[in-house]
Amino acid sequence: MSIVVQVEGLHKAYGTTRAVDGVSFTVEQGEVFGMVGPNGAGKTTTIECVEGLRRADAGRVQVLGLDPWGDRQALAERIGIQLQQANLPPRLRVGEALNLFGAFYRTTTPARDLVERLGLSDKWSSPVAKLSGGQRQRLFIALALVNQPEMVFLDELTTGLDPQARRSMWDLVREMRQQGRTIFLTTHFMEEAERLCDRVAILDHGRIVALDRPEALVRSLGIESRVVFTVPGEVRDLPLASIAGVQRVETSGERVIVHGSGDQFVSRVVSALETNRIAFRDLRTEQPTLEDVFLSLTGREMRE
Amino acid sequence: MRGFTNLTATALKLYLREPLAAFFTMAFPVLLLVLFGSIYGNEPSPMFGGHGTMDVSMPNYTGLILGTVGLLSIPITTAGYREQGILRRFRATPMRPLTYMAADVITNLLMTVAGMLLLLVVGWALYHVQFEGHFISYLAAVVLGCLAMFSLGYLIASLAPGARLAQVGGMVIFYPMMFLSGAGMPIETLPESIRKISAFLPLTYAVNLLRGMWFGEAWSAHIKDVGVLLAMIVVVGGLASRLFRWD
Repeated sequence: MSIVVQVEGLHKAYGTTRAVDGVSFTVEQGEVFGMVGPNGAGKTTTIECVEGLRRADAGRVQVLGLDPWGDRQALAERIGIQLQQANLPPRLRVGEALNLFGAFYRTTTPARDLVERLGLSDKWSSPVAKLSGGQRQRLFIALALVNQPEMVFLDELTTGLDPQARRSMWDLVREMRQQGRTIFLTTHFMEEAERLCDRVAILDHGRIVALDRPEALVRSLGIESRVVFTVPGEVRDLPLASIAGVQRVETSGERVIVHGSGDQFVSRVVSALETNRIAFRDLRTEQPTLEDVFLSLTGREMRE
Repeated sequence: MRGFTNLTATALKLYLREPLAAFFTMAFPVLLLVLFGSIYGNEPSPMFGGHGTMDVSMPNYTGLILGTVGLLSIPITTAGYREQGILRRFRATPMRPLTYMAADVITNLLMTVAGMLLLLVVGWALYHVQFEGHFISYLAAVVLGCLAMFSLGYLIASLAPGARLAQVGGMVIFYPMMFLSGAGMPIETLPESIRKISAFLPLTYAVNLLRGMWFGEAWSAHIKDVGVLLAMIVVVGGLASRLFRWD
């Protein structure tokens, strides 16, 4: 795997606020790299320094072998950008927007193919102002793909979208990845990062507090999972507390919650129930999420 | 180059889809012409050195178009595009800033010329206005006046924090100029004391030059007008491009 983005000691301040305070990471070719964290953590500033839209105060940034600020034009030819806050003239039509932006690049994808792929074919002649939130976002994705970019930047791709539109955005990201494009995205939805990203950097107050594959982040911190089930009738003494990995057993009425961690924790609990012939219903497991990782790293809840 | 032509073509289309902008550039001057034409007609008048009111109104109203486009349309559109994040989206492409600005200037120039031609056609058809100059010279005066007014418009857009204030800024400068520069009404109709104020308004020099070129006067008779307009382009335009912001 070759490295396509290299960031070392990135700093950026606005006045006295240190938006990005010494961030270092690399992005490998073909992966989906995510940056998560609460609003104001420095995600957008970081991604915009990498895109060449902002100049870093200090640090080294290299993208596809180029200096994003110094070689902005050359880099812009090869990347696709979806900005967190951007707009198009309200009376511009979808087809016109794609043709216009296509004209800015040397390599382009035919606009008709793009609208087809993004499900905007019937919106070809619609003004931008008449599009729904999801359609608008699709158009901005189409604009980001118009130059057949090697790498795509998505800043808060699904913020403000309804769950259905959000899911269809996720499918688009997976499709882009399958086409071999490297993707760098930011989000403040931990679930989104977990579902889409090969690797995730958790940002807080302008610093990276953790960086790894989402499963590894969850596992490395030893955050407990839970097995929850109900036992009909009286809950007898359950022989669960002695199982390896189990930390605590809570019972209230018919409901049982077993806290624990480790790879085989869940299967051990289930097989113990089977061997002791304990009838159980509605068993589900609650795995820790990146949300829990953030909480355990920063001591704070992620807020929207 | 493909980016430039496509951007210009798109901007022209958008201009025509923006009813208010198109109205002020194309329709409003024609309405004024018809209104005042029906009041005063185009009889030769000693006040205008034997020319008719409508003859004099042609270059005046052309000046009015320059002012409208430069001081109302450009600041509102430019600051609005910035405020809405449209300029940000353009900046995320390999397009060079100069390409964007050149396309915007050309678009507004073409709209101004289109407004002027419409005015000319109506003036000629209804009042048989007399053009006594050289078309190329007149066009050159239009371009010079445009660039000077546009510079001011871009500067307002750069200085204003948002579209609302850009609009207010443009109007504060435009309306006095409309009445006092000779664009809205012939300068001969203004009292001497008011004309002293006119000398401080940049549009006065554009209108003066346009009138000179309309009636076939020599460029040498308008060195001061040309000088003021050129100085504006260099100083104000230079400042505007330095202060130009994408977001």
